Amino acid sequence: MKTESKLEKLLEKGEFVVTSECGPPRGADADIIRKKGALLKDAVDAVNVTDNQTSVVRMSSISACIILKQMGMEPIMQMVTRDRNRIAIQSDILGAAALGVNNILCLSGDHQKFGDHSSGKNVYDIDSVQLIQTLKLMRDQGRFIGGDEIQGKPAMFIGAAANPFADPFEIRVPRLAKKINAGVQFIQTQCIYNLDRFEKWMEGIRGRGLHEKVHILAGVTPFKSIGMANYMKKMVPGMDVPDEMIERLKSVDKEKRAEEGIKICVETIERLKKIEGVRGIHIMAIEWEEKVHEIAEKAGLLPRPVV
Amino acid sequence: MRAQYPASIRIIKVPCTGKVDLIYLLKTFETGADGVYVVGCEEGNCHFVAGNLRARKRVNRVKEIFKQIGLESERIEMFNLSAGEGTKFVKIAEEMTERIKNLGPSPISKKNIGSDNQETVSINSNS
Amino acid sequence: MIIGEGKPINEILEMILKHKKIIVAGCRGCVTVCSAGGQKEVEILSSTIRLAREKDKAPIEIFETTLERQCDTEYLEQMRNYIDEYEAVLSLACGAGVQFLAEMYKKIPLYPAINTNFIGVTEKQGIWSERCQSCGNCMLERTGGICPITRCSKSLLNGPCGGSSDGKCEIDSEIDCAWQIIYERLMELDLMERFEEVEDIKDWSTSRDGGPRRIEREDLKL
Repeated sequence: MKTESKLEKLLEKGEFVVTSECGPPRGADADIIRKKGALLKDAVDAVNVTDNQTSVVRMSSISACIILKQMGMEPIMQMVTRDRNRIAIQSDILGAAALGVNNILCLSGDHQKFGDHSSGKNVYDIDSVQLIQTLKLMRDQGRFIGGDEIQGKPAMFIGAAANPFADPFEIRVPRLAKKINAGVQFIQTQCIYNLDRFEKWMEGIRGRGLHEKVHILAGVTPFKSIGMANYMKKMVPGMDVPDEMIERLKSVDKEKRAEEGIKICVETIERLKKIEGVRGIHIMAIEWEEKVHEIAEKAGLLPRPVV
Repeated sequence: MRAQYPASIRIIKVPCTGKVDLIYLLKTFETGADGVYVVGCEEGNCHFVAGNLRARKRVNRVKEIFKQIGLESERIEMFNLSAGEGTKFVKIAEEMTERIKNLGPSPISKKNIGSDNQETVSINSNS
Repeated sequence: MIIGEGKPINEILEMILKHKKIIVAGCRGCVTVCSAGGQKEVEILSSTIRLAREKDKAPIEIFETTLERQCDTEYLEQMRNYIDEYEAVLSLACGAGVQFLAEMYKKIPLYPAINTNFIGVTEKQGIWSERCQSCGNCMLERTGGICPITRCSKSLLNGPCGGSSDGKCEIDSEIDCAWQIIYERLMELDLMERFEEVEDIKDWSTSRDGGPRRIEREDLKL
């Protein structure tokens, strides 16, 4: 055990964990975070707070994490390398650790082209793998990238993302191995709709024994509508939505589609739970946080254990 | 060729319309032409494979330049014609002359042409 | 080479609006090869400017010239004889050439006629693309000869990111995913074991981030 992280404790104990996601608002209203937090509180073990996702300016991940922390929740601070150089990154890590944030998810971040400030510069001083390295260096060796010693090491449980559906497929297992080499401890995957492909990826992971070196949490996102499913299929880079899923949504009446989306999600979780090496579920209910409890309940993930 | 074409037209013969560079087209207007058209062989029948296709792209480029600087892009045009089509040649000449007449004289002052009459230049690869 | 592209003509006309007698100066270096600022482009631009100004009843006199290079003082020196007779210079050189011209002739206004875009290659006639960001510390031996700093939209040294699909980048389906190409190259060269080595955090001080760069070679100085 390296940190005070509740997530790490649960995973080390062998619990099947549940995490979810909370997107900060496009404004300074803390109540929005509190409301979302309240919806998730008893349904999951920890909550990711996104970092200006899709390159749209939002309340900072670090502040939203603190608001959740004040509610007695366990935040996972997402950090992208798009917007900060190594000075700002290390400074924010120290700040977050000082305020009791124990988990971090290292990401490169969506390119700013997708966001509301596409004319901005990006930074990418370091990439997501190097961010993992940085956290490990700061925590385990108590050093900054520049080499100086840190007074008061930031102890964070280090996570990263994996997308088994991006191309080239053959590189997806080696890429995870690379993140493990860098020091990652838990992985949250991209939303899984193509279970066959995910299982194939997991086979590759198990084939190399990587599932024993890192905790893999399988990502799911319920469909609210056909429009959303089509958007995910066509517009979101690296997303694999099989046609059968969209057909299934189409086969039910319009007003029942959201319910069907939940049903698909629950079935997906049931199947994911059986896959060797999957250590938890990451439920990303995009602007639909009120459904996370229901999904977790229907999928037999409740009640959540107490540490 | 026996058929008569309008007297305001000056013909510049080139071995292939692929030889017609952007600068030739611009210079023609600079020296006072009111309109310019390029007559190349039928598409697909260029002796040098793609000369007439290139000419069309250059004519289009001049049209773009004209639009940007506020000159009428209709003052320049590309036509294709096979060697035996004398009547069509006359028709094109008449069509262009009519078009330029309707547009009126180019706002560029006349130089080197020695005449204030409206002039249209036909750059022609057909004999 | 350095790849550039002509500025919109209206932008140029606006810059030189008040001038009646200018030099339009091309460069026979990179910008000639990429058809942005050579002799031919000087002729076309000058002709276009004259047509536009004639049309607006504000004729302009243009002296057209194309120097061997605008990034060398010996060629820039050639303008000294006549430059004082003109009100301004419109340069079709890359940003380096325009600046060097400005450094040399301090009293004459200088205007850039092209945008300097990148260090790149001619993929085929009429198509150019970027290959180098001049980071000052080449790592191509480790990435199969493909530069992730330049060709990955996020400059990831340990790519690919999760946005790559069908070999294309998430930001534009016309852009190849650099890491897809690196992967293919490493496979072909039988060097895939290299892929799993973490590429260390880069020292960007050799790049623009370290401040404006200069190189001095004692052996070459006169």
